[in-house]
Amino acid sequence: MAKNTEKVQKSKGQFAEAWVRLRRNKGAMIGLSIFLLIVMIALLSPVFFDYETEVIKQDYGSVKLAPSSDHWFGTDEFGRDIFARVCWGSRASLAIAAIVTIIALSIGAVLGSLAGYYGGKVDMIIMRIMDIFMAIPGMLLAICIVAALGTGTEKLVIAMTISSVPSFSRIVRGAVLTVRNSEYVRAATAIGAKDRHIIFSHVLPNGLAPIIVQTTLRFATVILSIAGLSFIGLGIQPPQPEWGSMLANARSFIRDYSYMCAFPGLAIMITILSLNLLGDGLRDALDPRLK
Amino acid sequence: MIKFIIKRLLALIPVIIGVTFLVYFIMSLAPGDPALLLLGEDATPEQIADLREEMGLDQPLIVQYGRYMFKLVTGDMGTSYKTKNAVAKEVFSRFPNTLILAGFSTLVSIVLALPLGVFAAVKQNSLFDTVSMVVALLGVSIPIFWFGLLLILLFALKLGWFPVSGFDGFKSLVLPGLALAFQHMAAIARTTRSSMLETIRQDYIRTVRAKGLPENKVITRHALKNALIPTITVIGLQIGGMMGGSVLTESVFAWPGIGRLMISSISGRDTPMVLGCILMFSITFSIINLIVDIVYGFVDPRIKAQYK
Repeated sequence: MAKNTEKVQKSKGQFAEAWVRLRRNKGAMIGLSIFLLIVMIALLSPVFFDYETEVIKQDYGSVKLAPSSDHWFGTDEFGRDIFARVCWGSRASLAIAAIVTIIALSIGAVLGSLAGYYGGKVDMIIMRIMDIFMAIPGMLLAICIVAALGTGTEKLVIAMTISSVPSFSRIVRGAVLTVRNSEYVRAATAIGAKDRHIIFSHVLPNGLAPIIVQTTLRFATVILSIAGLSFIGLGIQPPQPEWGSMLANARSFIRDYSYMCAFPGLAIMITILSLNLLGDGLRDALDPRLK
Repeated sequence: MIKFIIKRLLALIPVIIGVTFLVYFIMSLAPGDPALLLLGEDATPEQIADLREEMGLDQPLIVQYGRYMFKLVTGDMGTSYKTKNAVAKEVFSRFPNTLILAGFSTLVSIVLALPLGVFAAVKQNSLFDTVSMVVALLGVSIPIFWFGLLLILLFALKLGWFPVSGFDGFKSLVLPGLALAFQHMAAIARTTRSSMLETIRQDYIRTVRAKGLPENKVITRHALKNALIPTITVIGLQIGGMMGGSVLTESVFAWPGIGRLMISSISGRDTPMVLGCILMFSITFSIINLIVDIVYGFVDPRIKAQYK
C-alpha cells in the first residue's frame, strides 16, 4: 500500500511540473484556448441552432447570400446558414476524432505493451502485422476500408481506427521498451509484482510523455482525414454538416461565391493549428531534454 | 553496402505479400457478386454460375488471392466492371501522371524546405526565423484540398496565370504541385530547423568554430550533413502522407492520375479497379521506403558500418 501512494505522488509531481512548463509556453496556451473554444462551440451548437430548422432545412428564398449581419458567413446553394453549419460541423469532426483516438489508443496500448514488455515472438508477430498496416499510407487504408464497407459514420470510425492503431502501438512499444529495463521495473519484478500491475502502474505512467504528444497529433490527423474523406464523398454524408463535405459542395460555386469556400476550410485549419500548437507545447513541456 | 541493399530488398518481399493480402481481403468484403457485376443485370443464372467458376469465386479466399497474385506477377490485374478493359492497362496509363505530380511536389518541397529550415536555425529568434516558422506551422495545419481551392481561386480564376484543372504541360503542373508540396515543405522545414539547432550546439561544431573556420563553412561542411539525418527520416515519413494527399489534390485539380481513377471507381463500385489502384499506391510506397532506407544507409555512417 505504502509503495503505491509513493508512486502516485511521484508521477503527480512529474505532471505538475510539466503543467507549469506548459503554462509558460505562449503558443501552447493559445492552442489550448482555441481548442477549448472549439469544444465549447461543438457542445453549445444545439443550444443556439435548431438542427431541423436551421442547419439542414432548405430555404429557396435565401440562396447564396453573401455574408451579412443576418448570415455572418452567408448562405449556401440551398439557402442554409453557413455559420450554423460550420458551428454544427465541429460536432461530427470532434466526436468522431475523440472516439477514434480513444479506441485506437486503447488497442494500441494493449498491443504495444504486450510487444514491448514480452519481447521475443510476441513482439515479432505483433509488430510484423503492424508493419504491414503501416506499409499502406493511412489515408489510402481508410479509403480502402470505406470503399469496401460503404459510407456511414460507424464505418468511418472503423476505417480511421484501423489506420490509427499501428502508430499508437509502435509508440507505446517504444515507450515500454525504454522503461522496461529500468531498475525500478526490475525491482518490482524482483518483489514478485504481477506483469499486469507492472505494465499499468510502472511502465505506462513513466512512458506516458511521447504517448500524450502522439495522441494530440493523431487527434489532429483524424480530423484532417475525416474532412479529406468527406471532401471526396467517402466520409460524412449530406445533409449532415461536416467541414470537408461543405467544401466539396462549395467548390462548384468557387468562381462567383468564393465566400462559401472560405469558412469551412478556415474552421478545419484553425482546429488543426490549435492542436499542433498544443502538441508542440506538450512535447517541449513533457520532455525538457528535447528543447 | 551491397549486403545492406540486398537485405532490404529481400525484406520487401514479405511486406508486399502482406500488403497485397490485406488489401485483397478488405476489398473482398465489398458487397455484390463480381460475376453479376461483370455480366450485367440481364445475364442468365447459368452464365453467372459459369463465370463464377471460371473466375474461381467458388474457391476459398486464400485460393482466390493466390490466383490474383499469380496473375498480378504477369501484369494482369483483372477486368474493370465498368469499362470491361484490363485494369492494368488503365492503371499503368495513369500512373505516370501521379508520379509526375508527386515527384514534382517532393522536389519543390525539399528544395524550398532545406534552406528555409537551415536559415531559420542559424538565425534563431530573428524575424526570418519567426516568420518562416509561422508559415511552416500554417503549412502543417492547412488541409491540402482547401489550400488547392485557394490557389485555384487566386492564381487561376482571379489572376488567370495558370489553368484551373487538368494536365496539359508544365503550367498545369504548378498549382497542384504547390498545393501538394506546401504541407510537406512545412514539415521538412520544421524538422530541419530543430535538428540543425541541435547540431550546431554540439561540441565538434564548437571545435570547428574554435579552429577559426568561417561560419558559412561550419554550417555547410560540418553541421548540415549531420543535421540532414532526421530530415531524411521525415521526408521518408512524409511520403505516405504525400500519397494520401495526392488523391485529394488529383480530385481538386481534376488531375488524370490513379488517385482520381480510384475515387471515380469507388463511386462506380468498380472493385477490381479500386484494388488495382490501391495496390499500385502501396507497392510504390514500399519501394520508395526502401529507397529512403538505402539513402539513409549512405548518409549515416553508423548504418553503413553495420554492413561493412
